[in-house]
Amino acid sequence: MSTATHKPHLGWEVMLVAVLAAALVLGRSLSADFLTTSNIANLLADFTEIALMALPMTLIIIAADIDLSVASIMGMSSSLMGVLWHMGLPMPAVIVLCLVAGTLAGVFNGVVIVTFALPSLAVTIGTLALFRGVSYLLLGDQAIADFPTALTTFGISNVGDTFIPQPFVIVIVAAIGFTVLLQATAFGRSLYAIGSNQTAARFSGINVSRARLILYVVSGLMSALAGIIYTLRFSSARGDNGEGFELSVVAAVLFGGVSIFGGKGSLPGVLLSLVIIAVLKNALTLSDVSSEVLTIVTGVLLLSSVLVPNLVNRWRDARQQKALAAHA
Amino acid sequence: MRHLQSILLTAIAATMLPLAVHAADLKKDLKIAFLPKQINNPYEVIADEGGLAAIKEMGAVGKVVGPSDAGASSQVQYINTLITQRQSAIVIAANDANAVVPYLKKAQAAGIKVVTFDSDTAPEGRQIFVNQANSEGIGRAQVQLLSKLIGPEGGEIAVLSATPNATNQNTWIKWMQEELKKPEYAKLKLVKIAYGNDDDQKSFVETQGLLQAYPNLKGIISPTTVGISAAARYLSTSPKKGQVVITGLGTPNQMREFVKNGTVKAFQLWDPGQLGYLAAYAAANLASGTITGKEGDTFEAGKLGKRTVGKSGEVILGPPTTFDASNIDNFNF
Repeated sequence: MSTATHKPHLGWEVMLVAVLAAALVLGRSLSADFLTTSNIANLLADFTEIALMALPMTLIIIAADIDLSVASIMGMSSSLMGVLWHMGLPMPAVIVLCLVAGTLAGVFNGVVIVTFALPSLAVTIGTLALFRGVSYLLLGDQAIADFPTALTTFGISNVGDTFIPQPFVIVIVAAIGFTVLLQATAFGRSLYAIGSNQTAARFSGINVSRARLILYVVSGLMSALAGIIYTLRFSSARGDNGEGFELSVVAAVLFGGVSIFGGKGSLPGVLLSLVIIAVLKNALTLSDVSSEVLTIVTGVLLLSSVLVPNLVNRWRDARQQKALAAHA
Repeated sequence: MRHLQSILLTAIAATMLPLAVHAADLKKDLKIAFLPKQINNPYEVIADEGGLAAIKEMGAVGKVVGPSDAGASSQVQYINTLITQRQSAIVIAANDANAVVPYLKKAQAAGIKVVTFDSDTAPEGRQIFVNQANSEGIGRAQVQLLSKLIGPEGGEIAVLSATPNATNQNTWIKWMQEELKKPEYAKLKLVKIAYGNDDDQKSFVETQGLLQAYPNLKGIISPTTVGISAAARYLSTSPKKGQVVITGLGTPNQMREFVKNGTVKAFQLWDPGQLGYLAAYAAANLASGTITGKEGDTFEAGKLGKRTVGKSGEVILGPPTTFDASNIDNFNF
């Protein structure tokens, strides 16, 4: 069983590497400026927030749940940051309170889902609206922009002369942390069991409720972090910040080979998928492809990530049955 | 035939001559990119087309790029791309007055000139802001138009605004009140400022309320495109049609039907095409070094003539255009 579940996504990752290579070649051939330091920095910076939310989302979807409220928590944390800053709180306190608020939002999601045994899809569609509402309530149609220059400079600068944007360092650290958590700890392995069969996981001694609760709390925390970084990168706290990002996050996770039905997927796959989407978007924008076409490309990628494994499985099943029939 | 040809040629030469003279000051090989709030927004499309027409006229290379959503950050990716592509100038209608500023500063540091139009950024983000009209002009012009439509006998008037805290509308209303203080409007009496919250239904109901509460009402000014079309829709089926004047700021496409059926005589808005046109000339002049964007700089803006840069880099298009039955079909936005 275990080899059967692992085989397909290893294949998927190999395919993603090939797609990435193709995307890079495409980018290079479309524009001579594609591989410049500043362009690569732009490319990486563009998916900072999506990546921070995609990391916990990967774990959640592997555990056969979903959290659609991430972008709303992100927006709420951005609004809160503006409000607290205008109340005159020192920046470290503002940041800590925003992270706490995000964590509490995650606790709320987790408790409602786990305690009342409600489907996470329905609950987080509800909190998607709820947290976005709070976000608008906090700031209205205002935008707060007078954040300290030292921090907003952090938001748009690179590490030394490299092509790595400073906020991206947080993505790298978080990516390593989440990969270790998922791939090398008992907790991480238990998520695959939960995603494959929750009842079986429970009977085998895994504390399913606790694990799911932790996932939502972590997701809330990371979304709040994404909100803070977004606010600093654009020096603008607004109620509508990050609106619609939840779909980009889920799309990146699914294209990364994580099964929407749970139990399958890996973080390297998701990280590859994030980079591929960013490279394609950047390369196509650089050659003046319109944003409608970009949306279509993202749609096709997502659709193919759901369709291709399904078709491969069907083909494999059909072949197996044929083989069985031949034996009989 | 030969005669006609020579007339045509002279005519063409005559129209091209002034342009050729102005264009001579502009650098060759300028690359000017328009970055609207959102592509496919009908208003922005007209503005961008006006800009592209100007760019074509001056022999530069122009293009329109932009996001499909109006989020605070979605324009940033495009600014970065335009920097990488080494454009001569960026003409942007900003989605967020601050979010794009750090990136526009990067563009300026890379030698790219930045012009904002329609919607400004913080002043450090750009060299020139091409504004539709100043608030004073918009406010006063609407009272002038209303007074003309009501006639010398005057009467009670009301304003149907957007939200109570809408900055634009409140400034315009302030200037309307200033204009009303003039002796020639002594017979116009502003009885109520109602708020439709830029919501079609609410504006519709507020119009109904105004007409019931003030049976002698002679006119309504609605300085918002949502408000004016909702008010016109209510009036078009009301027995008061023809007795109450509705005017304000609206788009020709929204108002066409009400102008054609006689509900509305005239209304105003700036022509977004001219706004884009002027912005393109401002950008080309900045990129050619003929101006720097400081107060008092002047430049030739094609068919719009000579323009002067005002305080804090603002260039004003001029008073709003008035649309009525005679010209509304020339506009499609």
